Amino acid sequence: MECYLDNSATTRAYPEVAALVSDIMLNTYGNPSSMHMKGVEAERIVNKAREDIAGVLKCRPKEILFTSGGTESDNMALIGTAEANKRSGRHIITTKVEHHAILETTEALSKQGYEITYLPVDSKGVICLDALSNALREDTILVSIMHTNNEVGAVQPLEEAGRIIKSYNQKIVFHTDAVQGYGKFRIIPKNLNIDLLSVSAHKIHGPKGVGFLYIKEGTRIKPIIYGGGQQKGMRSGTENVPGIAGMALASNMCYANLSEDMERLYSLREYFISEATKLMGVTLNGSEGRDCAPHIISLSIEGIRAEVLLHALEDKGIYVSSGSACASNRPSLSGTLTAMGVNRNLLDSTLRFSLSVHTTREELDYTLENLGIIIPTLRRYIRH
Amino acid sequence: MNKNMFTSFLIKYGEIGVKGKNRYLFENALMAQIRYALKRIEGEFRVHKAEGRVYVDALSEFDFDEAVGALKCVFGITGICPMMFREDEGFDKLKEEIVDYVRKVHPDREGRTFKVNAKRARKSYPLESMEINALIGELLLEEYPELKVDVHNPDIMLYIEIREKIYIYSQIIPGPGGMPVGTNGKAMLLLSGGIDSPVAGYMIAKRGVKIDAVYFHAPPYTSERAKEKVVELAREVSAYCGPIYLHVVNFTDIQLAIYEKCPHDELTIIMRRYMMKIAEHIARETECLGLVTGESIGQVASQTMASLLVTNEVCTLPVFRPCIGMDKQEIITISENIGTYETSILPYEDCCTIFVAKHPVTKPNLDIIKRHEHNLDEVIDGLMEEALKTEELIIVHK
Repeated sequence: MECYLDNSATTRAYPEVAALVSDIMLNTYGNPSSMHMKGVEAERIVNKAREDIAGVLKCRPKEILFTSGGTESDNMALIGTAEANKRSGRHIITTKVEHHAILETTEALSKQGYEITYLPVDSKGVICLDALSNALREDTILVSIMHTNNEVGAVQPLEEAGRIIKSYNQKIVFHTDAVQGYGKFRIIPKNLNIDLLSVSAHKIHGPKGVGFLYIKEGTRIKPIIYGGGQQKGMRSGTENVPGIAGMALASNMCYANLSEDMERLYSLREYFISEATKLMGVTLNGSEGRDCAPHIISLSIEGIRAEVLLHALEDKGIYVSSGSACASNRPSLSGTLTAMGVNRNLLDSTLRFSLSVHTTREELDYTLENLGIIIPTLRRYIRH
Repeated sequence: MNKNMFTSFLIKYGEIGVKGKNRYLFENALMAQIRYALKRIEGEFRVHKAEGRVYVDALSEFDFDEAVGALKCVFGITGICPMMFREDEGFDKLKEEIVDYVRKVHPDREGRTFKVNAKRARKSYPLESMEINALIGELLLEEYPELKVDVHNPDIMLYIEIREKIYIYSQIIPGPGGMPVGTNGKAMLLLSGGIDSPVAGYMIAKRGVKIDAVYFHAPPYTSERAKEKVVELAREVSAYCGPIYLHVVNFTDIQLAIYEKCPHDELTIIMRRYMMKIAEHIARETECLGLVTGESIGQVASQTMASLLVTNEVCTLPVFRPCIGMDKQEIITISENIGTYETSILPYEDCCTIFVAKHPVTKPNLDIIKRHEHNLDEVIDGLMEEALKTEELIIVHK
């Protein structure tokens, strides 16, 4: 049995998306900037995709900027805003539990003279709103708080955060990295006071190498990529037409039956958590309730190195991540878990199981059954 | 310098020249290795022996730097001389070509010394060697007054060889030395993902020994990427020593048995004894004449003199440890030069490190170790057999 439980790392594309991408590559391959009919056809596809996504976010199509993915969107949100607002101030607020696409970028900005405040989180991985209120300053230009944490699935209180930020100073730009939240939650930027929002297509069964940044009209932001002036000069480079169309279709498909799908995911998650934590020495990181994302489950397995368990599960056809997949090719331990105050001994013993709409109860049973066998076996051989 | 002017290489070889009646065997092995090395670059080449020397002639367009790079991987070569060769169209034409050659190949001539070294192998040529030396020397002094003659220790030694065709060369690019792979039997390298073992394989191959390798992996404790890393290391070493037969042995069950039944501080040393036993078994089956390891005295607990004695005890084949007297930095330098370092430092755990004790024994006692190994008596034969039976063979080449 093959059991892919690493959907927060990436997802399998919907077959309809793959077919559409292939069709556009073969048939509607024009450059949207070309003046002839081939170009016009391609441009129509891009415009249609923009409208589809704007429909989901209930925003205007021109507020959608296509990028190469979540990392570029985050980079643009931070660097582009910092550059455009540096005369107003050089203070940026973010959190300790962001993805590396944010944390490495703020690190780079701090070397250029920006001051960064990192908000702490509680034991469930949620930021403390008082800390946000206290961190706001006269020279704060940008606040970036992720929607859903990629390691434990904690969902941040963006609505309250947006209210706090905007009532302190309307001009502060509010960004959210919604890479893990988009496709799972209805996110309406204008209801949450969000100015910028990053999304990646391959986390929602779309193609890799494409994403978008929502930019609320009137937001002060500069491009970070220069060239032929595509997308009104905000992001040069020929549009990834097949990727953009594939992303829009994937997005539509995710939101078609959202409440039903999420209801099913939540019950799968609750089931998996209740069964898995019956195993000796297995604990959940984050919240088991519906204040959390429906698809991410972070488990610490006392006394076992995550990598070993990961490979043992792999041997049974079960694919998971240790900590966060994006972070697990580096030796450093998880920032989110540390920030949540997880016991040091467990940091290296944490696996992330992430579900998708394709995940079945049978797959979870198969995984639980194997965990029940493998964990006690591995515990016999502990390094000390 | 216009490198397109060179269409041929004279290959200089040192030690193999003195092997008496076996000389042809060495030369043939050398030519085989040269052909193997040139196969991975673009272009067609003829490798041949003439008048007791080995030549590489290009039969098509080729990239000079690529060709020299490939030849530098062939053990046995001490020098690579890029040559220009020309049809004999009379001495006046030759004079023109030599003036042109010196201008292009030696652009900074100011204050440098030279000597002409002509050799007339084709005795029907109208001028004798000494006459050619004198005439060409004079010509160059006239043409390039910035040059001086020094017959004892010249900066530029200009060789002119009159054979069927005329060869001109003046540069010797150093080769790796050593002896052609395949002239000295075969050995089994214990290859890990570290820095030392690829270097050890390289050094033994340099003495003409063909290399096969064995790698121990321990899934799920080691990952597929760790194995891919070792395959890549073998591939990099094979640039020098030809195709490598890499035996991948699953060591997990043996390791777990040792872990359960033997004292933990002796885990590594006992593990290494079984690795040596398995390696020797495969070595004998594949007609290897010795084992090769990357050990260096005192580098880690399992490589102290006492530990080496204990691991060595299980082997009857000789164990070659070319890194034995080297410091880590010396090994790293070689590893960088031969191009394995970058791969070696990729951060995947190998099976030597997964269960390592906090304080492993550094002075193991053979009798005690043997006594503890008896704890394994019931299971070990079956486990060894299973490990050998499930061995995976990967043929790796550059």
